[in-house]
Amino acid sequence: MHRSIEELLAAAAESGCSLPEVVLAKEASETGRDPADIRARIQRNLRVMRAAITEGLKGEVHSASGLTGGRAKRLIDNGPRLLGERVTITLARAISTLEVNAAMGLIVAAPTAGAAGVLPAILISTGEFLDLDEDTIIDAMLVAGGVGAVIAQRASISGAEGGCQAETGTAAAMGAAAVTWINGGTNEQVATSIALSLQGMLGLICDPIGGLVEVPCIYRNASAAMQAIAAAEMALAGCDFPVSADEVIDVMGEVGRRMPVAYRETAMGGLAATPSARKLVQIQPSRQPTGASR
Amino acid sequence: MILVSLFDILGPVMVGPSSSHTAGACRLGLVARAILGGMPERALIRLHGSFAATGDGHGTKRAIVGGLIGLPPDDLRLREAFHEAEDAGMEWSFENVDLGDDAHPNSVVFELTREGETVHITGASIGGGRIEVTELNGFPVSLGGDYHTLVVLARDEPGTIMTITSRFAAENINLATMRVDRTGRHKDALMTIEADAPIPDTLLEDLREFSWLRWARRVEQVAGG
Repeated sequence: MHRSIEELLAAAAESGCSLPEVVLAKEASETGRDPADIRARIQRNLRVMRAAITEGLKGEVHSASGLTGGRAKRLIDNGPRLLGERVTITLARAISTLEVNAAMGLIVAAPTAGAAGVLPAILISTGEFLDLDEDTIIDAMLVAGGVGAVIAQRASISGAEGGCQAETGTAAAMGAAAVTWINGGTNEQVATSIALSLQGMLGLICDPIGGLVEVPCIYRNASAAMQAIAAAEMALAGCDFPVSADEVIDVMGEVGRRMPVAYRETAMGGLAATPSARKLVQIQPSRQPTGASR
Repeated sequence: MILVSLFDILGPVMVGPSSSHTAGACRLGLVARAILGGMPERALIRLHGSFAATGDGHGTKRAIVGGLIGLPPDDLRLREAFHEAEDAGMEWSFENVDLGDDAHPNSVVFELTREGETVHITGASIGGGRIEVTELNGFPVSLGGDYHTLVVLARDEPGTIMTITSRFAAENINLATMRVDRTGRHKDALMTIEADAPIPDTLLEDLREFSWLRWARRVEQVAGG
């Protein structure tokens, strides 16, 4: 995969191909896989994403700890109060996947399980709002994957290495790029959306209560989805950013490396170390996770 | 800088809740099992860092045990891996270990026994479900499970590498990476060969004919989502 956004855009400019075509060709040449097989595999992963969202929105999944389950449904049932319905459903979908994940259900890590709610919420919601066909959504997944690969190689996608910014931040950048591309943004606008989304996630620590991928993770997925969509809106409107996408990615990597270990998925700092959190995790897991999707 | 493929990012499809602590842990178990040549009869599993600190809540222990009995990361039976492993007849125990600050926070050390043989394997889950096995019986290795891999322990004699690579050539299999380490001159050498295509049974059987071969194992691709 490409090692910088600059390289990705240059490959597109040189070949005259679209970003999805460039990412697909690169993956095909590096792995020897047939491009049609790659697309088919993305489509299979999309099916898993949709199934997880549907399952979680029923409100019947519960994690073993009891910390999560049913929150996505609460949002949907309550309906929009401040913003439009599209916002509410996108937030609920992001939470939904993470609730299924917490219940040891089947999800697609994109780029990780802890950030698995962001991309499906954005892509499936945008696909629905704009009435997009499956091929276009697969194209958008390719754009997202190409961006995520750059971040994995330049910085990190692991909360244990780089904090939550490396996980939900990367997912937000992937989602922003995908949505900007779907909406006809130029390749430069796609790059700007990556910078805009990731700059808003910089410094975010990974401090899961009890060390579980549950709280605040389910809500951070929801807010990362909003960050992504906001960045896409701004980039599409021509809002620019003076620091390049690659530079913002490098900053994220640097912040991650300098982040104290207490904020890197160890549950030794942040929200995880608060009295409220400590009280919660004294509760012993009482039951097997239930009702997760196949 | 590490090389990643598209499905490291848009995958894996996996049982939650954590790509590093669940899917990666499961893959470490799968690779360790393959190196051993099958399900261990006994497994001592030492967890370091974040694996030790948060492994219970992430299902890390269930995922590793599941991997050792051959369950892949997207198998919902991972939730019941302890029961599955009991049924399969595996004995296992967990300990915490401190490997020091230089070790990856998600590291595991296996001591696995099967048919009178014990192997020691150290590996880490390096993010997004990707793994790296870094040590095998005291030899430094670098195995990600991204390729079809042959692991060979052989007496350190001239011509062994050529014999092995010529077998790959005869099968028309392209090699991706190759690494050789030895404990000392005319002692043992450990070779890890990552190939683009599955390694056939015949190739393994051929190698077993040679007197210098101590041990050869095939590790199937476990990465990719």
